[in-house]
Amino acid sequence: MRYSGFKVFTEGLTGNKGWKPVWRDPEPKSEYDIVLIGGGGHGLSTAYYLAKNHGLKNIAVLEKGYIGSGNIGRNTTIVRANYFLPGNSEFYSHSLKLWENLEAELNYNVMHSQRGLINLFHSDGQRDAFARRGNAMINQGDDAILLDREGVRQHLPYLDFDNIRFPVYGALFHPRGGTARHDAVAWGYARGADMRGVDLIQNCEVTGIDIEGGQVRGVRTSRGVIRAKKVAMVAAGRSGQVAAMAGMRLPIESHILQAFVTEGLKPVIHHVVSFGMGHFYISQSDKGGLVFGGDLDFYSSYAQRGNLPMKEHVMEAAMTLMPMIGKARVLRSWGGVMDMSPDGSPIIDKTHIDGLFVNCGWNYGGFKAVPASGWAYAHLIATGEPHETAKRYRLDRFRTGRGIMDEEGTGSQHNLH
Amino acid sequence: MLTLQCPYCGVDAEETELTAGGEAHLKRETVGASDDDFEGYLFMRENPKGLHFERWRHSYGCGKWFLAARDTNTLEVFGTYPAQSKEPPKDLRDKISAKRPGWSWREFK
Ligand SMILES: Cc1cc2nc3c(=O)[nH]c(=O)nc-3n(C[C@H](O)[C@H](O)[C@H](O)COP(=O)(O)OP(=O)(O)OC[C@H]3O[C@@H](n4cnc5c(N)ncnc54)[C@H](O)[C@@H]3O)c2cc1C
Ligand SMILES: [Zn+2]
Repeated sequence: MRYSGFKVFTEGLTGNKGWKPVWRDPEPKSEYDIVLIGGGGHGLSTAYYLAKNHGLKNIAVLEKGYIGSGNIGRNTTIVRANYFLPGNSEFYSHSLKLWENLEAELNYNVMHSQRGLINLFHSDGQRDAFARRGNAMINQGDDAILLDREGVRQHLPYLDFDNIRFPVYGALFHPRGGTARHDAVAWGYARGADMRGVDLIQNCEVTGIDIEGGQVRGVRTSRGVIRAKKVAMVAAGRSGQVAAMAGMRLPIESHILQAFVTEGLKPVIHHVVSFGMGHFYISQSDKGGLVFGGDLDFYSSYAQRGNLPMKEHVMEAAMTLMPMIGKARVLRSWGGVMDMSPDGSPIIDKTHIDGLFVNCGWNYGGFKAVPASGWAYAHLIATGEPHETAKRYRLDRFRTGRGIMDEEGTGSQHNLH
Repeated sequence: MLTLQCPYCGVDAEETELTAGGEAHLKRETVGASDDDFEGYLFMRENPKGLHFERWRHSYGCGKWFLAARDTNTLEVFGTYPAQSKEPPKDLRDKISAKRPGWSWREFK
């Protein structure tokens, strides 16, 4: 055992000088079998499963900043498997099963808490849509319970049930949904990958991708040239720029999503509550802060910070749903760069360049996907074949029009998700 | 607050009055286009970190579509111009060159 209450206590008394780094800080080698571009959640889990599931050794993760600096450390930590469409349904179902065993798998406390996700509805039409979604979830082998108004009241007595615009009609309850500590997920996978021999190379920005005769040869980085037999892009919001290094354009637009946290409070919100009509959702962290968010700022941005109108909108939605929140004080807000795809679903695929792979298009929902995405991407990179759970995440679906997965049903076009 | 001047009604419009419409100067493909060109038109995007030419609509104002040059990283606005433009106007391109020497974006520079 590496960590214990006793160790925390003794370290606290001795100035916390006894802690050791949990992964190495290696110099990049001149050549690897596999190079992953991006050390976010997906890059780290991919590296971990390449080593663990496929027994591969000579792997590097190149991260331009530090591990955890991207969206893996910026999201609002919701983990759920409430998807509807074939393609998404089996993938997120697989991911949730991996989450349920993740702490044992990594021997790391990722604070996965299945506190239940409650998706509210406010009309008969929405009730029908949620009933249908719930049935699809149950068919997939996951859990869903349709709650009526009184059922919601038992869980969430503090809502404004008779709000004039959005009276609460009921909710779809997904008991296995919940949250996890996002940094710990990155650290757990990072340590696990490092222990299996993966080189995690931080402060190493990829600036070019070398291709000869249609075959990838390696990458150029801020720390020199690194040759590689396979190169896998996994740069989330920066995917467009990384793909441009290989002369590719992607069906991706990068947008800002903001999040907010209040000062720490005693336990008050015991679930993840999602108020779709107000583009608002909320949960309470184990530290006590209310963590909540809303919609995109809706214009292309790499700024990692959002603008005021969306802040105002989110606060208004919060007050509409749960007036008690007016007593809480917002402590911080931040933003992350989202890789938005036209149909709102991700891409895990090969490219037209031999040995070059792409993983992107996670929109607002890539945190819960971290385990299954790494699992499927590792499978694709190692075997050359798509994994069963991710075979519909094809790059060419926009070109052919076949297999588009528009979960929200808003249309398969940029700016609609 | 992002503020863009509507080139039609002249109002300095705040982002709450506006709707973003994505990348500008897309070449509209139609019957007979190759799959590549059609996919490019509908889905593939430059998605640059930096200078971006984009479409906006003055939705809660005069209702017109217009175009803007903006930096997606610093959020700096270089200027706006009418939607009917085939390319960014010369004075706007010069203004961008003064701040971003050597810039290029698709076929424009
Ligand atoms: C505010 C907010 C709330 C969210 N809430 C949720 C949620 O509740 N539930 C959920 O499931 N999802 C949520 N998401 C989405 C989720 O966080 C992302 O989809 C997911 O983290 C993206 O994958 P990643 O972890 O690999 O990305 P990142 O952590 O962003 O990893 C990409 C990495 O690539 C690196 N990189 C980029 N370019 C280069 C280069 N040239 N060279 C080297 N490295 C490079 C970056 O520095 C970065 O570290 C949220 C996102 C945000 C911003
Ligand atoms: Zn106007």
